[in-house]
Amino acid sequence: MSGPAVGARAPEALGTIAASARPRRERSVGAWWAWLIFVVGALYFFVPLLATLEFSLRACAPPNQPCTAPDFSAYSNVLQGEEFYEKFGYSILVGLVTIVVSLLIIVPTAYWVRLRLPRLRPIVEFVTLLPFVIPPVVLVFGLIRVYSRPPLQFTATELSSTALLVCAYVVLSFPYMYRAVDAGLAAMDVRVLTEAAQSMGAGWARILWSVIFPNLRTAALSGAFLTLAIVIGEFTIGNFLAPWGFGPYLSLLGRDKIYEPAAVSLISFGLTWLAMIFIAVVGRGRGSRVQVAGAR
Amino acid sequence: MGFLELAGVRKEFPGGVVAVENFDLDARKGEFVSFLGPSGCGKTTTLRMIAGFEAPTAGTIRIDGREITRTPPNRRNVGMVFQSYALFPNMSVADNIAFGLKLRGMAADARRKRVGELLRLINLEGRGDRYPYQLSGGQQQRVALARALAIEPTVLLLDEPLSALDAKIRVALRQEIRQIQRQLGITTVYVTHDQEEALELSDRIVVMSEGRVEQVGTPFEVYNFPSTAFVASFVGTLNALPARVVDAASGRLSLAGQEVRTTSTISGGAGERVTVAIRPEAIGLEGVDPTVPVGAPNGANRLQATVDDVAFLGSVVRVRVRLAGDGAHRLDVDTFNNPNLAVPSAGAPVALHFAPEACLVLPGSALPATTDALEAAEAML
Repeated sequence: MSGPAVGARAPEALGTIAASARPRRERSVGAWWAWLIFVVGALYFFVPLLATLEFSLRACAPPNQPCTAPDFSAYSNVLQGEEFYEKFGYSILVGLVTIVVSLLIIVPTAYWVRLRLPRLRPIVEFVTLLPFVIPPVVLVFGLIRVYSRPPLQFTATELSSTALLVCAYVVLSFPYMYRAVDAGLAAMDVRVLTEAAQSMGAGWARILWSVIFPNLRTAALSGAFLTLAIVIGEFTIGNFLAPWGFGPYLSLLGRDKIYEPAAVSLISFGLTWLAMIFIAVVGRGRGSRVQVAGAR
Repeated sequence: MGFLELAGVRKEFPGGVVAVENFDLDARKGEFVSFLGPSGCGKTTTLRMIAGFEAPTAGTIRIDGREITRTPPNRRNVGMVFQSYALFPNMSVADNIAFGLKLRGMAADARRKRVGELLRLINLEGRGDRYPYQLSGGQQQRVALARALAIEPTVLLLDEPLSALDAKIRVALRQEIRQIQRQLGITTVYVTHDQEEALELSDRIVVMSEGRVEQVGTPFEVYNFPSTAFVASFVGTLNALPARVVDAASGRLSLAGQEVRTTSTISGGAGERVTVAIRPEAIGLEGVDPTVPVGAPNGANRLQATVDDVAFLGSVVRVRVRLAGDGAHRLDVDTFNNPNLAVPSAGAPVALHFAPEACLVLPGSALPATTDALEAAEAML
């Protein structure tokens, strides 16, 4: 009986098996790297939080001494006092007002630049980036010099100082808010949607309110998250214009107490996340799944 | 006086680019007018001026006797359908249709009733609560049409509404558009670069080129009696051949050394160079198509030619021939496909027939003819 020997075929067959196994092995190597990067990233994010948590629970022992059991007294000290709620509530309120004012300025500006003045876009982008270049301390001194004397004496009362603080935070939010809104506008055909609304009888206010704003919801939310996160912990401007805010409170606490600042940091971190989730839930609402551009 | 009037309309963009020049149009109430032309000819700019999205540099626009040249778009009561549908993504189908009605302060009940009627009209009954992303392209465009019709516009404008759709849906939807337009009797302006669409839908066609109106006429007039070389070449397929005038008064021409008669007016004396334009379907092939008699019918032109190539296009068989004489004049002959057709092979001699009425004469070398044909014509004369 003649025919190819099994042995002669074997290396070929092994080669085939090896070739078919290779992609799987490459995939598993790729997955291994992906997991490694994920774990390193997670450690980078969570280790400082865990360390802060661990430190905040050492209130039972003198500093740098091991604790036999976790002690929550730092948390109870903070939460039992009214100051925390007052300061944090104030900063949340300032943050929300900042978001609203920032959206009211940025959305119509970015919309108009995209629709009618595209040549001005680089200039507007540059202006919105200025808060990255000008240090907050320079900004706040400029504001105090201009608005602390008549006829525009904004620093006279708590309310007017808060208004000035909101204005300063609105400026700080420009880079984040403009970019988020501009990216949202880029994802939709602004001109055609505007013209469609106009042809049905809508004026500019109606177009912005009924067509542009709702389709910018996701973009506006991402800008709002960043703005809120910045405003809650901001110290430099807050310390000069509204020392009764949360940022200066945190700083003061860090000077006077040992474990409480860590506890407050974690509480405010959690509360800021809760506020963001709340904005996301309220902001998304009905018909959030939208096809903002293109034909199907 | 027309219902929609454009008089001496001109549009010059910053930088001196003239998009539309001296545009005149009188459209009757209920008329379906198409603007047909290649990209960049100014048809969309003209439509946008009617809608109010662009301001004319000169001229006036009137609707029903009222001048609207400087009226903002939201006060013109003109419905517009866009190529990219332009449905509001955050609104359901019903909300999209009701948008204009809400702005007009219509009561909720009346609005709901009107939306229902329009959904029935566009065959999307029961889909009012869907969102645009849940609909196909054809359905989205039908919603866009319903939305534009909801406000009962004085004029309906459609800017290449079918361009983004595939061929079958395009054909079905254009028939629907025409049917709805007839049913409602609404004056409609339709922009397209697709001649088939314009020919099928329109009461009248405005053929445009480089911002100017080349011809305004019914589809029949535009196709059969093009007034300029551009219209002749742009609408339908056309054989353009260089020829010489033999006798202008009797309509005799010399084409590749063979005599041709025409009823078309010839401007120019004997020996002058002209372009002869003949539609492929206006030519009969003797011995190929059984409906074409052997020997020239009374008064018809008869030319000798050789078959170059045969292309089967489904319902039509396109025979490419080369005229006898110099061998450089080529033309296409279209014959309806039928089982009795004696399809010739390449190199076979054939005789062509065409009526003098089918032979259009355009001045000079107005249409691009093949270089070798031009050279051969020069050599022969």
